[in-house]
Amino acid sequence: MSDVRVAGVGLTPFGNTPERTSRDLFAEASITAFEDSGVSRTDVDALLYGNFMGELAEHQGHQGPLMAEAAGVQAPATRYESACASSGAAVRDAVMRIRNGEDDVILVGGAERMTNLGTAGATEALAIAADDLWEVRAGMTFPGAYALMAQAYFAEYGGEHEDLAHIAVKNHENAMTNDKAQYQSAIEVSDVLEAPQVSTPLGLYDSCPISDGAAAIVLTSEAYADEHDLEAPVAITGTGQGGDRMALHDREYLARSPAAREAGAEAYADAGIDAADVDLAEVHDCFTIAEVLAIESLDLFPVGEGISAARDGRTTADGETPINLSGGLKAKGHPVGATGASQIAEVATLLAGDHPNSSFVEDATAGLAHNAGGTVASATVHVLEVVDR
Amino acid sequence: MSDAAEIQDAGFDDWIDAATAGEAYALECPNGHGSLPPRRVCPDCGSTELEEVPLPDTGEIETFTVTHVPTPAFADDAPYATAIADFGPVRITGQVVGIDLERVETGLEVELEITVSETTGDRVIGFSPV
Repeated sequence: MSDVRVAGVGLTPFGNTPERTSRDLFAEASITAFEDSGVSRTDVDALLYGNFMGELAEHQGHQGPLMAEAAGVQAPATRYESACASSGAAVRDAVMRIRNGEDDVILVGGAERMTNLGTAGATEALAIAADDLWEVRAGMTFPGAYALMAQAYFAEYGGEHEDLAHIAVKNHENAMTNDKAQYQSAIEVSDVLEAPQVSTPLGLYDSCPISDGAAAIVLTSEAYADEHDLEAPVAITGTGQGGDRMALHDREYLARSPAAREAGAEAYADAGIDAADVDLAEVHDCFTIAEVLAIESLDLFPVGEGISAARDGRTTADGETPINLSGGLKAKGHPVGATGASQIAEVATLLAGDHPNSSFVEDATAGLAHNAGGTVASATVHVLEVVDR
Repeated sequence: MSDAAEIQDAGFDDWIDAATAGEAYALECPNGHGSLPPRRVCPDCGSTELEEVPLPDTGEIETFTVTHVPTPAFADDAPYATAIADFGPVRITGQVVGIDLERVETGLEVELEITVSETTGDRVIGFSPV
């Protein structure tokens, strides 16, 4: 099967820019991606674009063609909505289309404008990724849902808030060198433990921020990359997607993420690697507990051991499997529709040796990107590998 | 609430009505899978033969959280405890009422008590300790 090459990536800074529209954000990300790739806009066969709350934040549906226009691309464009996994799902379809020979060049990415809604408005908008009748109307928020999982995890496998705090500290530390990150500042365990409570046991510093931002990636077939002599040393070699029941209470497990496990297993098999081959991973740490559930679901750590991985230095930049070298959603930010594509962009950049934190993973050849929607009712996982250096 | 909202919520409102009357139910398929309405198909096995079965009088809290940062619909209710309770054929998410927040714990035995949001006056699924 032909590899799908990452020809170029572009990210806007993630942060608090309420005056910027998503079309402005995506235009910027796409300009960077095209410049990075050396690919002509006229060669683009399709735009696959992730966005979650455009109707609520900007009164704007039908964002596919709008964003093709913003990016200067004359090609059919489709919006993907899968909550926080929107652009992960878009990348997965892009990969399959290129593999199938349908398309040679795809612009894929996403954007989200959130901070203009304010904290309450964004909390309400995010909540619609849960079951409106049975969860939202009972007062469940997204931090609340992850808090329910955290409490269930503590009860089943042990651990405490201080273990989670080490994850936040690690991800802030990693973001210090990432000039696209929302927070480029170090925090201490005590900061996390003493922060205002959002939904017990999770506090303000266990939670990713509300962010604006965009991500764009130019993907090409191997044949196109060869023909145009592109510098594209990293390929997406595995893709997987998993699904689960919408409401957390309908799941078999309250402290595991079977959808992520399914997506990971599929992506590993697709790439022909296993978890032991993974040198680094960007995982969906919308809340500190989410990173624990992710690394366990992806078989990077045994179930019950993910909770202590950051505290023990196993997932830090100099650890055996660095997790979220970009700073993760926690410190880099989480503009929902952009997140999945941005994770893949970060993994590609880390593997190519072009990331400020590449020095921690100099010999890395395989990386993983894990993107989750809702309380992991949706999950996509992608394997990226260095194929030409 | 507008008529449109009531139409949209058909099936769910019926369940809240039943729970208010002490007649809460789950849907069950011939294979014994429980689920919550509105629903035409068993999400576990695809059976379309669903029947209403009464819920047990009490359930047990499996996990809980105290929410301090609510959505606008619960602005005046915070802080409040949200829990997932096991009622046999189904689990349900609800707000724990009638108890100090510090005393909410895993394993607590509760019964359904439909309550109202202090913010909106809308009906909310509640759990009260037995």
